[in-house]
Amino acid sequence: MSDSSGVVLRLDGVSKSFPGVRALRDVSLELRAGEVHALVGENGAGKSTLIKISTGVYTADEGEVRLLDAPVSFTDPLQAQAAGISTIYQEVNLIPLMSVARNLYLGREPRRFGLVDTARMNRDARARLREFGIDVNPARPLRSLALGAQQMVSIARAVEIDARVVIMDEPTSSLEKREVETLFTVIERLAASGIAILYVSHRMEELYRICDRVTVMRDGQVVGSSAMADIDRLQLVSMMLGRDASDLRQHGSTAFAEGRDVEDDVVLRTQGLNVRHTLEDVSLDIRRGEVVGLGGLLGAGRSETARAIVGALHAESGEVAVNGKRLRRRSPAAAIRAGIAMLPEDRKLDGIVPGLSVRENIVLAALPRLSRMGLVQRSKQDEIVSFFIDRLQIKVSSPAQRVSDLSGGNQQKVLLARWLCLHPKALLLDEPTRGIDVGAKAEVQGLIEELARDGLAVLLISSDLEELIEGSDRIVVLREGKVVDNLTGDAVTDDNLMRALAADPSRSDDAQPAKDSS
Amino acid sequence: MSSQTTAPAEDVAGGVTETPRERVFALLQRQGGPVVLVLVVLLASIFSSGFASSGNFSTILVGNAYISLLALAETFVIISGGIDLSVGSMFALGGVLAAWGMNHGGSGVAVLLPIAVGLVVGVVQGSLIAYARLAPFIVTLAGLLFARGLLQAISNEGSTTYLVPGHSVFAFLGDGTWRPILTAVALFAIAAVVLVRTRFGQALFAIGGSENAALLMGVRVRRTKVFVYMLSGTLAAVAGMLNASRLQSGVTNIGVGYELTAIAAVVIGGTILTGGSGSIYGTAAGVLLLAVIQNLIGVHLSQYGSSASDLVNGAFLAVVVVLQSFLARRRAL
Amino acid sequence: MTATLTSTKAEQPVGRRRWAGPVAKYAVYAGIVVLIVVNAVMSSTFLSLDNLRVQLYQAVPVLIVALGMALVIGTEGIDLSVGGVIALTSAVLPLYLGYGVWVAIALAILAGGVCGAISGSLVAFARVQPIVATLSLMIGLRGLAVIMNGATAKPINDSTLLNLGLTGWFGLPQMAYIGAGLVAVIAFVVRRTTLGRNLVAVGDNASASFLAGLPVRRILLSVYVISGMLAAVAGVLIAGHGAYADPANYGLNYELLAITAVVVGGTPLSGGQIRVIGTVAGTIFMQLVSATLIQNNVKNSYEQMIEAVIICIAVFIARESANR
Repeated sequence: MSDSSGVVLRLDGVSKSFPGVRALRDVSLELRAGEVHALVGENGAGKSTLIKISTGVYTADEGEVRLLDAPVSFTDPLQAQAAGISTIYQEVNLIPLMSVARNLYLGREPRRFGLVDTARMNRDARARLREFGIDVNPARPLRSLALGAQQMVSIARAVEIDARVVIMDEPTSSLEKREVETLFTVIERLAASGIAILYVSHRMEELYRICDRVTVMRDGQVVGSSAMADIDRLQLVSMMLGRDASDLRQHGSTAFAEGRDVEDDVVLRTQGLNVRHTLEDVSLDIRRGEVVGLGGLLGAGRSETARAIVGALHAESGEVAVNGKRLRRRSPAAAIRAGIAMLPEDRKLDGIVPGLSVRENIVLAALPRLSRMGLVQRSKQDEIVSFFIDRLQIKVSSPAQRVSDLSGGNQQKVLLARWLCLHPKALLLDEPTRGIDVGAKAEVQGLIEELARDGLAVLLISSDLEELIEGSDRIVVLREGKVVDNLTGDAVTDDNLMRALAADPSRSDDAQPAKDSS
Repeated sequence: MSSQTTAPAEDVAGGVTETPRERVFALLQRQGGPVVLVLVVLLASIFSSGFASSGNFSTILVGNAYISLLALAETFVIISGGIDLSVGSMFALGGVLAAWGMNHGGSGVAVLLPIAVGLVVGVVQGSLIAYARLAPFIVTLAGLLFARGLLQAISNEGSTTYLVPGHSVFAFLGDGTWRPILTAVALFAIAAVVLVRTRFGQALFAIGGSENAALLMGVRVRRTKVFVYMLSGTLAAVAGMLNASRLQSGVTNIGVGYELTAIAAVVIGGTILTGGSGSIYGTAAGVLLLAVIQNLIGVHLSQYGSSASDLVNGAFLAVVVVLQSFLARRRAL
Repeated sequence: MTATLTSTKAEQPVGRRRWAGPVAKYAVYAGIVVLIVVNAVMSSTFLSLDNLRVQLYQAVPVLIVALGMALVIGTEGIDLSVGGVIALTSAVLPLYLGYGVWVAIALAILAGGVCGAISGSLVAFARVQPIVATLSLMIGLRGLAVIMNGATAKPINDSTLLNLGLTGWFGLPQMAYIGAGLVAVIAFVVRRTTLGRNLVAVGDNASASFLAGLPVRRILLSVYVISGMLAAVAGVLIAGHGAYADPANYGLNYELLAITAVVVGGTPLSGGQIRVIGTVAGTIFMQLVSATLIQNNVKNSYEQMIEAVIICIAVFIARESANR
């Protein structure tokens, strides 16, 4: 099942910009009937923009989308659906309270005498779902099914509305192993019946298991396209991350300096964190003055580790201790009191409070310490705010300026200031330099360096391999929620990290299995 | 594409996640109202003399027949994830318009005028909600004010009560014992069919369940929303019109707070205030339960009048809402 | 438009209606100036002290309720129970006047706080939507109040209470000074206290606030308690001015009047902003609209319809301005 049949969907030189961002640049892609086509790339590579253009959520600024060789220009998702392009989203996009059968046939219910023929609808639904390996009473509410079964219902719905192209956006991220197997059987059958499938995932095993071809995106561009069989894991990962020797020179060096004294006392100790479907027995130790890098591909559980440590993500089991003292309550407030600060990954969603001023954003978490009997002590507050604006060189017209008017880099510095003014013992940085300009990036990196020198324990999460390698004293590698490697000292190299990320077995010399050296 | 190969994939059997306890909760939500209704009626029949008489039953049914239509209208709106606080005012307006129409044109005008005005007010409210995307509660709260204003404008600031001549065709429409009851039963039956067996009904459930998903699944979200507020406005005005026919006058100070009773009845009937789930059958049970309680209060606590019913309605609503949010959270975990 | 629904907040078109921001902020002040000028020209008695007093009797209770409402709206909530709380206070007052007027007033305000605590707990701990949580109190409280009070309105003879509405300094009633004092207190709370800072942050970005360690639940609970207590204060003033405790009729439509004042003052219902002075201006504007219409012999019925239209327009503008 490969190139025998023709092209179903073709994107030709598609570009798309948003205010301040060039999301897609001259992207071309071909989907052939009956193939399972993998689309991979790190966060911000442009995958989701590409999907949204194919499904009519966005329209392209330049370029052309052709369906069955006829140019199309969808202005809303319905048009795309009617034309045969269906999308299965990460989170199931059906109506949880409605019955399975009603979800399957919504808008296309079989009717008799003008009324919905419920009996026939349920009968048809049962038969149709059996083909997808689900045997349930279709009159039950959808939400009473397991997630895998719900996803199967949305695939069945896509097929029901005569899809020619099915786009699957990380369909396995919340599925059990057995459910994944069923999904793969169904995907193979769909492909065999001539449907083109665009499969977005970052799980290497899955890609090699079911995909025929792969297209890799980075920074809004397609960086390569190949038959799955012709590309090995290491090549694939280096394409995704854009790491070859030549590239490194081009980007120039990071602002991290070499060599640092790491003291022996463990500041932050995390033991056996478990989060369902997300983390499995993650243990980490960070010492005074140490920067521990947390490596892993998208979806490996890096952010989740940080969030579980501060209690923003509920962990079923596991312990967190600061300077040997175990945290009893697990919530962001308790973590802050214990001296752990986390800079969250999503600046807009979890970080800035857009309507408030720079001043108020900086002192948000520190307010309890800056107030007496519920009153904010202004002089103290202003002192701290101006100190950090100075120290981090935040470019603002005045502390009263609204934070949403700042550039991304300056917003990030405001958030850093928010956490630093708490004088934390451990600082968890989740993608501290994403989406900020080169100058600000170097400043932030220099700052991390300094903070560690001053004795802070730092956890650094970054998709930028260079930043991770240059900035970390050692790197803990996560894969599918598990600690799979721990690179220390001279082993912290490009090559080793890449092999660890790709799960390439060829590096076997000093691989330490799933255990933090401490 | 329907020509799938029949080779069955390995059977995952749906992976049902519902525990027996959750099933009990779900049953409680669907059948709680009816069960309580039956219990209250049984207990009242035993302990309250004069309750279980055909005379008293018909008093309860006739007295609540037209008001129950407000709960019916509210059921549609709430299932779609909205709320209509203007139904009480529209009920009063419908009655006054009918009586005014009777005096200014005859039975035809008396019937058609409330329908037309209800339709227009409903469409305007629906458009503000669906197209200008204003919050339903604020739009319909303003609608409440507007309808009251219009009513007072027609009735010379409430000082004129238009009467309906007892011998007219219009007065015949809503009068008697059986006509109100049968009208209500018929409308409830039609509503049940519309909700469960038409694409419009399905669209309401879909929008209330998840507006985004409904949009992606091809539901005409905005059109459906306009339609549901139009339906609600019209139904409330019609209920008021029929009530005016029965009372043979357009009472101006009627209907204050009726929207709240209607909402309470709907929620007690198992419809979730956040939308996406509910039934006409439940609403019928909710309406009857509140009517029976009101009747009992009228007999045993007559000194408190309708205030005691308000208190009971509010308490019922609070308990049911807390239960529902508790159940929803259980499921989410 | 369909597309924006599926895209995230950040991707929405920026500055779609640039006029909305300034209009939401300043239109109300312009409106006040225009209405005052128009009225002063058309009527010689408009600027008299007597008329001012009449306007204040009506506006001050609304203003006090609106202050609490502004805090609740700042957290992206709504409090529909304020009318019910006003009814309840007017029922509580005569019951305890025998123990002394200050005891009665304290208990009335306490009752308002308890009501606020109930709806606040529903919102903060049971995570019920604010509309739904406060709706049940809106229904039940008035019924409870009428039962407590009995069917007929009770006269109030206590001079302290009556004086609230009558005498005062410089010809203005005492309640005007109470209103002004509460405006100052709330403005202070919003600008200078941790609570004020925190509640705006929670309304603007709840997720970031949680991660920053703010006590989100406690903040929500406090806001509803304050709103309940302020509604109770308004209830005391209304009863004092009316010289009767009439729970069946006091506080009707106050939730709408208060929300209108807040929204006309330029605060969007989507939370994250509190405009105390804007709320004062919103109250004054709506009072002036009503006074102007009455002055020109526009009937009460038309006044209601005009107000309904103003509400919809104000909500629309405030919402557009929040889509920054």
